Amino acid sequence: MFGLFQRKKSKDKLKERLKLVLSYDRANLSPGRMDELKNELLAVIAKYFPMEEDNYDVKLEQHGDRMVFVANLPVQQS
Amino acid sequence: MNAKAIVVTSGKGGVGKTTTTANVGAALAQQGERVVVIDTDVGLRNLDVVMGLEGRVVFDLIDVFEGKCRLKQALIRDKRSENLYLLAASQTKDKSSLSEARMQETVQKLLEEEGFDRVLIDSPAGIESGFQTAASAAAGALVVVNPEVSSVRDADRIIGLLEAREITEVKLIINRLRPEMVKRGDMLEVDDVLEILGVKLIGIVPEDEQILVSTNIGNPISLSDSSKMGAGTAFRNIAKRITGEDIPHLSFEPSGGFFSGLRRLFGGS
Repeated sequence: MFGLFQRKKSKDKLKERLKLVLSYDRANLSPGRMDELKNELLAVIAKYFPMEEDNYDVKLEQHGDRMVFVANLPVQQS
Repeated sequence: MNAKAIVVTSGKGGVGKTTTTANVGAALAQQGERVVVIDTDVGLRNLDVVMGLEGRVVFDLIDVFEGKCRLKQALIRDKRSENLYLLAASQTKDKSSLSEARMQETVQKLLEEEGFDRVLIDSPAGIESGFQTAASAAAGALVVVNPEVSSVRDADRIIGLLEAREITEVKLIINRLRPEMVKRGDMLEVDDVLEILGVKLIGIVPEDEQILVSTNIGNPISLSDSSKMGAGTAFRNIAKRITGEDIPHLSFEPSGGFFSGLRRLFGGS
């Protein structure tokens, strides 16, 4: 994982970091709060579905002019 | 740009707001517009020294706001151009008379009564009252950004605040671009910055040693340097685009050549 980043150009790494930090800035949400949100969200969803233990992906994404909250929460299949 | 009153801003300090104001202002005047550049960085004025007009400041913006002089008396004519005037900031710490209403009234007077075509407002760094006052009188904005992490982040914040003020004509100047670093992949490319910030580009200004030389002697580089890929030409082109000329952007980056083709082939950007 780290080897991959090291081979990357530093500007690509910066671009990734900026996109992420700006998505939080624009939503006026700190990354720590996002973790809280994620945990609360998982607790609610788990009441209705059996959830997979990991593989959660919760993030903010810029779609054109709009900021979109994207949650990818795999459901356990019986 | 349709906006006659344009704020030059950036959020972060030291990215080139004052240099941009001086150079774009001087170039606009050279093209025949009647221009006033206003320094709103009260307590830390510098537009006067960058333009080489520090010896001629008698009255300043705060004097105008406090009614200590008439607006005309505070306008300092540039020694090089009949069309270019400076309204200096005050060096006093007292900003109590700085208000959005006074700023708006002053800019309106310059455009409607004093017959100026364009007012460039050099904003202080930050997002506090100084920036807000500067932005309050503007219909358009030039956001100056350097291709590095804190400048891009702060520019994004400023763009949000400009939108909140319903300043819709917002144009980006990418300043201090270093082509050799871009080539190595160690500096954001123009397209990266535009993609991240999502605003329209009005100019790319390369890092140029001659900027320091020209500010040392108080002579804007846009009036003195004609090298084709230099900052002087870049600033003159920005002025032309402001007046509506369609000037293609200079390319400081490898584009479409053998190496960029190779990089694309191997999955680079």
